[in-house]
Amino acid sequence: MKFKTFFWFVAPSVFMMLLFIAAPLISVLIQSFQITQPVMQQIEVETCTPGFLTQTCTTEVKTVPVIDEATGRAQTTTEWVGFQSYRNVLQMDKVWSALGSGNWGKILQIDFWKALRFTLMFTLVTLPLVVGVGLMIALAVNNAAKALRGPVIFISLLPFIITPVIGSLSIYWLFVGDGILTATLERWLDRDIAMFGQAWTIELLMYFYRVWHVAPFAFVIFYAGLQTVNMDTLESAIIDGANRFERLRYVIVPHLMPLIIFIALIHLMDCYRVFDEIIGFRSQAHVISLQWLTFDFLTPDDAGNRAISRAAASAMLTMVGIVILLILPLRRTWRDHKGGAH
Amino acid sequence: MYLKKLALAGAVSLLGTTAFAACSYENDVPLKSLTAGFEAWKAVTDAMAECGNFQAELDQEFRTKQPAAFEANPSLYHIGGVSNGTVTPLLNAGTIRPLDDLVAKYGQDLSPNQLIRVDGKIMAVAMMVNTQHLMYRSDILADLGIDTPTTWDEVFAAADKIKEAGVVDHAIGATMKSGWNLAQEFVNMYPGFGGAFFNADNTAAVNSDAGMKALETMKKTLDYTDPEVLVSDSTYVQQQFQQGKIAMANLWASRAGAMNDENESQVVGKVSMAAAPIAMDGGAPATTLWWDGIVIATNITDEEADAAFRLAMEGLDSEMVTANNEAAIWLVNGYQPGPLAEGAVATATANPAPPAYPSTTQMGLLHTALGNELPAFLTGDRDGAATLAAVEEAYTTSAKEAGVLK
Repeated sequence: MKFKTFFWFVAPSVFMMLLFIAAPLISVLIQSFQITQPVMQQIEVETCTPGFLTQTCTTEVKTVPVIDEATGRAQTTTEWVGFQSYRNVLQMDKVWSALGSGNWGKILQIDFWKALRFTLMFTLVTLPLVVGVGLMIALAVNNAAKALRGPVIFISLLPFIITPVIGSLSIYWLFVGDGILTATLERWLDRDIAMFGQAWTIELLMYFYRVWHVAPFAFVIFYAGLQTVNMDTLESAIIDGANRFERLRYVIVPHLMPLIIFIALIHLMDCYRVFDEIIGFRSQAHVISLQWLTFDFLTPDDAGNRAISRAAASAMLTMVGIVILLILPLRRTWRDHKGGAH
Repeated sequence: MYLKKLALAGAVSLLGTTAFAACSYENDVPLKSLTAGFEAWKAVTDAMAECGNFQAELDQEFRTKQPAAFEANPSLYHIGGVSNGTVTPLLNAGTIRPLDDLVAKYGQDLSPNQLIRVDGKIMAVAMMVNTQHLMYRSDILADLGIDTPTTWDEVFAAADKIKEAGVVDHAIGATMKSGWNLAQEFVNMYPGFGGAFFNADNTAAVNSDAGMKALETMKKTLDYTDPEVLVSDSTYVQQQFQQGKIAMANLWASRAGAMNDENESQVVGKVSMAAAPIAMDGGAPATTLWWDGIVIATNITDEEADAAFRLAMEGLDSEMVTANNEAAIWLVNGYQPGPLAEGAVATATANPAPPAYPSTTQMGLLHTALGNELPAFLTGDRDGAATLAAVEEAYTTSAKEAGVLK
């Protein structure tokens, strides 16, 4: 393709990526090194609040922002603070002291590290499960009678179609205190079950939900891949006396390897941003994720404060985490790519 | 359930148009409001809508939308529904206007008690009070021969007996969903033990003896609640009551009406209200007082503000209150406190009286810090002293960022 044609072909997409991905990313990066705060003043204010019959008035010194006469908005100052927001998020001083005293559990009481622990574990535990379950469904469908394939594909795709937050809410409603499934199990086992009462059951439900939700994606990709397996190789493997497992191990999996890497890449990126499960399961007391942490920093409280700088820092740290996770599979793809070029 | 409510709301508003002669005038200025979504706001905005040209947005997430929406010029809404917790950012940013002129013009029916004055200027008009108070199953307590608990110790003693009798799934319900709700439980309990939230220099003061006692009382509650209490918000506790699963809870007065809603509740007439239990001898009931009311945006024309306030007064008139007497503890003239209001009235008139929830920037920050740090204590991951230290540390970090601490 001529360079000019190529340029005009990709230009709109490059422009969109610069506008909607690169520019916000740079702005977040800058914000993570800045703190913008209103100029505060202390004034004495008399506030009256209604009781049931009469009012009570109190006079107290309040800290309130200075309003700019010209614009009618609160005056703000913006300062460069270096890595202050990162330090506030990471709290390394506490981490070192916890490491020093040998009390490692204390690290997990810091929000960021608590979130990182769960996010990493969630990503790494669900990855093999998604690949495995996806492959199993694909093999099952591939071996099913032709008449059955349509309906089986349809049903196994259903979880993937559901909006993630709706899916997690459904699981929550099924398993919460008096949910249908919990109530049934309770009647059957004759004991009280509280799936959302402790961290490990919530985490189990989260793993289960994510695998249930994403496995169909892996299945579709693998199923397409299975259609291109070289029949001659398979037949010669059968003639050589390879059993089912050996055929899978030595013929099918190597053939699907690029697809497995592809699914791993997508899954790592998606999972590291785990968020819907936290909101849907209301698990903040027990389990939080990095993306939720950023969201929490950004959510204004009743007085309208939000921690924008820390949110920016935590978002940048999340991105760094994803990049580190992706290095391994990307290196492999790169090697394969170079190998193929020779 | 939701459909039923919708249908009911529809029926009520239809009734409204015929039964009480709708609106006394025709509103010709297009107006919009953003308020919370609970029962009382439905009643008020329905009454306002009768005058025409009015669009109400009822949204429980209003608190996150309101500051930005009112800061726009022109403001996206003319009328806002606020509470003493959520009025802070609007006051701070100057996006709500003083109402003295408008009160003089249209506010003849308002009682002085309703006028929220900040520094002498009327900034909001309150319509109802709200507080968390003790709601209990009077039938169960009578069966077991338990007097109405007035202190937390008595609540726990009663809970022991109820637990032993095994008449309900869980003796106590609590709004302890991690985050805002859980923090509010602490904000209720802590002044009950005589604690002050801040020092004079804006630093947090919760790491104190009163703080430890408040935490211990909260933890003790867990012995009697649902093990999943850290996901239960007000609606969840209300439903637990309605389905006969709990016997006592320190729950919002605005939820009392739902106990006698025959469409939802299996315990109609069996839930009574009493003052919030006190935490220590001679202390105030361990709760905070809240008000809900309306504000008018700054960034709108004076004509719009005039029309908006007139409309709001129409929504807050005694006709509306008579038609929706049980929906809230109204401050509006014409309200007849019924049995559902007993608890709230007893709480508000107790001596010493519980404090009003402080509407300050610092309180917002501390509330968030509490909501994030308390769960670790209740799940047993961290002890009380370390938790309170962590709360203060989290508050300090965010207060420095917000500019209230140097």
